[in-house]
Amino acid sequence: MGSVLTVKNINVYYGAIHAIKGISFDVNKGEIVTLIGANGAGKSTTLHTISGLLRSKTGDIEFLGSSIARTPAHKIVSLGISHVPEGRRIFQGLTVEDNLQMGAFVTKPDRIARNLEYVYEQFPRLKERAKQVAGTLSGGEQQMLAMGRGLMSDPRLLMLDEPSMGLAPILVDQIFEIIHNLHKAGTTILLVEQNAQMALSIADRAYVLETGKIALEGSAEELMGNEQVQKAYLGE
Amino acid sequence: MSLLNSLISGLSLGSVYAIIALGYTMVYGISKMLNFAHGDVIMVGAYVSFLLTNHAGMNAWVSLLIAIATCTVLGIVIERLAYRPLRGTGSLAVLITAIGVSYFLQNAALLLWGADPRMFTSLFKGFKTIHAANGSLTITPESLFTILANIIIMIALTLFVSKTKAGKAMRAVSEDNGAAQLMGINVNQSISLTFAIGSGLAAIAGVLMCSAYPVLMPTTGAMPGIKAFTAAVFGGIGSIPGAMIGGLILGIIEIFSRAYISSELADAIVFACLIIVLLIKPTGLLGKKINEKV
Repeated sequence: MGSVLTVKNINVYYGAIHAIKGISFDVNKGEIVTLIGANGAGKSTTLHTISGLLRSKTGDIEFLGSSIARTPAHKIVSLGISHVPEGRRIFQGLTVEDNLQMGAFVTKPDRIARNLEYVYEQFPRLKERAKQVAGTLSGGEQQMLAMGRGLMSDPRLLMLDEPSMGLAPILVDQIFEIIHNLHKAGTTILLVEQNAQMALSIADRAYVLETGKIALEGSAEELMGNEQVQKAYLGE
Repeated sequence: MSLLNSLISGLSLGSVYAIIALGYTMVYGISKMLNFAHGDVIMVGAYVSFLLTNHAGMNAWVSLLIAIATCTVLGIVIERLAYRPLRGTGSLAVLITAIGVSYFLQNAALLLWGADPRMFTSLFKGFKTIHAANGSLTITPESLFTILANIIIMIALTLFVSKTKAGKAMRAVSEDNGAAQLMGINVNQSISLTFAIGSGLAAIAGVLMCSAYPVLMPTTGAMPGIKAFTAAVFGGIGSIPGAMIGGLILGIIEIFSRAYISSELADAIVFACLIIVLLIKPTGLLGKKINEKV
């Protein structure tokens, strides 16, 4: 159970706004780790910093033992980190299949067909709509496409940002079922969620973010039973 | 028959606008900037071809290839030196820089090649003009080849962006730069490629245009540049078929105004049509409306 991702003391700014204030955490192989917290706590910012779209002023980010804190975003993907961003951000004008091909932009050609088959197996709906322009998909289908696209690059770490956002409850269950299956298949997952209930029910460990800092951490079970967490995030 | 003659000239002029407009629209699509120096790249392309043919005695078609290569490199260099350092800053800074690059190219041409107008030798010198319908219908080889070139370029470019990996990546970057990076697409490379293609096409447009309208000066590219920009906006900036349709419509309006209304008013009519289209449909004829799904 080696560490896949180690984040050490990162500080991220948007102009004058200090968004991330010295966060450290790690994700071990095969785990689902979840970052929960309110809107604006810095969850998405943390993911953006790991995937290289934002930079930390301090500290380091290590992936599989080497630093990626200065690696350009487009190279981090080929190292094995796949980031499924908040709001899906699929390429609306491209077909479903072209979107998946873009997800495999850095994947070796001989693995693309196999990965495509795997994604279609996980999301049969996408196969039915392969030639359809992605912008015409429903919200749930777009989320499936975003996740499928994220799987096309053979990720060793899959980062999911708010996969349940804006979806009907039945679709939320479906998406979490899929996350559970990916986990069983051995994928390491870093999950950001506002739906703390769902996130904690599926995760191994969790970190609670509050205004750019880690307020609490522990196993998902522990946090589920924590009074503070129950009050603030589980609505009990 | 004069109507048909005008239509052919209009399509030919419109094809030049369409080829130039492609450069505007593709660059706008991918880097959300208006490259006002694009028109001057046309002029550079025409000068390179002119000097190689008339002063170095080179075959005109070979000179065209060298002009394309020169402009391709020029486009990449302009993006690298002038625009890339400003990426992420306000769009006003980039716009002003683009205007600066435009003046720089015009004045560099003035310095290098002088202000005297040069008579450009047509690329199609050896070809015969087609006369049909008892001589009342005339098709010049310039018109014919310009229209053909436009059709070929449009087909090739459409195939490129819809079938190739690099072309799809370009569309992905155009849609969502950040998400494209998360796919492992090198955005800088994609933008360079777009500038390269747009500028290479500008060289072709320059040579075609100067073959039909043979006066070449350092300011030659400015007006067609503005017109092609208008065409791109007319068709819906960011859209490749929009640039094609916008260019052709603009060329036809211009020639018809010239033939049937007034040659002095032709440009005014062209721009008035742009204003009307934008009032009715602000995104242009084929402009993408942005709809977000939750």
